[in-house]
Amino acid sequence: MADHTSQAEQAKSDAGYWKANVRIIVISLIIWALVSFGFGILLRPMISGIAVGGTDLGFWFAQQGSIIVFLALIFFYAWRMNKLDREYGVEEE
Amino acid sequence: MDQFTINLLFVGASFALYIGIAIWARAGSTSEFYAAGRGVHPVTNGMATAADWMSAASFIGMAGLIAFTGYDNSTFLMGWTGGYVLLALLLAPYLRKFGKYTVSEFIGDRFYSPTARVVAVIALLVASLTYVIGQMTGVGVAFGRFLEVSNTTGLLIGACVVFAYAVFGGMKGVTYTQVAQYVVLIMAYTIPAVFISLQLTGNPIPALGLFGDHVASGEPLLAKLDSIVAELGFNEYTTHHSDTLNMVLFTLSLMIGTAGLPHVIMRFFTVPRVADARWSAGWALVFIALLYLTAPAVGAMARLNITDLMWPNGATGEPVSVEMIEANPEYDWMATWQKTGLLGWEDKNGDGKIVYFNDADADTVAKMEAAGWGDANELTKFDRDILVLANPEIANLPSWVIGLVAAGGLAAALSTAAGLLLAISSAVSHDLIKGSINPAISEKGELLSARVAMAVAIAVATYLGLNPPGFAAQTVALAFGLAAASIFPALMMGIFTKVNNKGAVTGMVTGLLVTLVYIFLHKGWLFIPDTNSFTDADPLLGTIQSTSFGAVGAIINFCVAFTVSKFTTPIPTEIEELVESVRVPRGAGAAAADH
Repeated sequence: MADHTSQAEQAKSDAGYWKANVRIIVISLIIWALVSFGFGILLRPMISGIAVGGTDLGFWFAQQGSIIVFLALIFFYAWRMNKLDREYGVEEE
Repeated sequence: MDQFTINLLFVGASFALYIGIAIWARAGSTSEFYAAGRGVHPVTNGMATAADWMSAASFIGMAGLIAFTGYDNSTFLMGWTGGYVLLALLLAPYLRKFGKYTVSEFIGDRFYSPTARVVAVIALLVASLTYVIGQMTGVGVAFGRFLEVSNTTGLLIGACVVFAYAVFGGMKGVTYTQVAQYVVLIMAYTIPAVFISLQLTGNPIPALGLFGDHVASGEPLLAKLDSIVAELGFNEYTTHHSDTLNMVLFTLSLMIGTAGLPHVIMRFFTVPRVADARWSAGWALVFIALLYLTAPAVGAMARLNITDLMWPNGATGEPVSVEMIEANPEYDWMATWQKTGLLGWEDKNGDGKIVYFNDADADTVAKMEAAGWGDANELTKFDRDILVLANPEIANLPSWVIGLVAAGGLAAALSTAAGLLLAISSAVSHDLIKGSINPAISEKGELLSARVAMAVAIAVATYLGLNPPGFAAQTVALAFGLAAASIFPALMMGIFTKVNNKGAVTGMVTGLLVTLVYIFLHKGWLFIPDTNSFTDADPLLGTIQSTSFGAVGAIINFCVAFTVSKFTTPIPTEIEELVESVRVPRGAGAAAADH
């Protein structure tokens, strides 16, 4: 009986962990799309007024900025998830 | 010492290093052969992944791709790096948790369907085999260019080296040679780039130099490049000329395709823990970014450099003379590269000048005629690969740098070839032989069959490299299209949704077929010339070119899978439990120990 309760609790906690993870993924992917498809391509005309080294900000995002943001996103995700693992006690032994 | 001897020394030394690693890192078990014993440090794995991923095309072709098109080809930069975000967030940690050896094994287990596994194996084999042909021809070409041996001899030497470390070392041998190959290729790429950046912009970091000022004119480098190419009738470098929808879809296809390529995904099975898989994807992108942030700088700078050499007095001054090309040491590299056929010029009107401009642009032709330089472009051949290959000579760097570039090009081609061959051989021995034909096979038997499969894969790839089918150049697009339309959606749905077996199989098959048909409609059936009904200039659907279709194929795969799954039996309890367990890191060590 006690075993059942703890199993049910763990399932509930795992569901909370998964929900938190999906939330972090969704936010990260919005930023991922914004810097590449957004600033790099579709929104480039809107930010073309901002000059960067002989060209405009959109060009910088397309050839450099997006890659730097991608890097930051992956490291942020790794750091945040490892913390989340501990918060929910689901980290590896 | 002459250049040939130096090149030979550099390539010989790098090969000796790879063989040395092969002897040291022999695989003793299937776990070592398929996943390097799951003991690879995340930074080491990141470096190996970078070498695995960056092919001869990235090393030699990428800068040229950007240089001759400018902004429009930023798609490659964003696409081939953005895929790592998808890999890190959506696939790598969960597949590591699952703790098996191949991508198709996950698909087969998760969708409790041998059919799903076979469909995944087929997609994997087609994608990897088509991709490996390009790598093998790349090895031959690199040998031919730097060591003056025939392409055939070069390819055979390369195949023997890969054989030595891949057959005996499996994933373990491949991992550590890839680390060495990464070091060789990144030095070979960045050293000439630093020098050219110093010469042109005074900044030792090429990525910063790209947005810096051009020393000779005092103008920003990109503004200078924009104006000179525009004066010669080419598209302005930094402006957008291509179709926006196609650009978005092409970038997305490259991203999804990258995340779905089995030889990249399987690298993440080699790290000890789920947390390591997350970090490792970040490290992989760090090492990849070192090259991908340098490539656009090399491209822009080399294009400006060569254009300046052709117009030493600016686009409105006098063009370079034949006499100058023959006598001035600054132009020596032109004679060297003319011999390879990558560069060509011809004084068509016999005025003693070589005039370089876009003669497809009527306004520029009129302008050049008025200036008395004739109506024809006289730089008749200007291959995009030359930007990286000839860079050390154009920048007048010492001959050891040229030797290093030779070793770097070979490292890039060999490391990617080995990764692909590993994906192919483990699919054959683990999914087909152990998974379907003879499940009772012993560990020793499976290890032997993995080695035999690897040897056969090398032989087949070598044969295809020697006799490339006519469509070799198109095949990379095919590999990305298939990975994007079939493998990526299946993996993602396996982790994030409760889609059932029937949904996954119909989704994969539909995505695969629709994408194949769309590519064949534009490139010809089985790439046979003149059997195409459409061209990429005037595609079937709006402005969507066949190379951009992978993303559409992926969306179709998702939609079909969800619909079919909704109207068929839901997944059984044990699969539900499998999905739940893949989602949490807890117990990843236990999953690995099962083997």
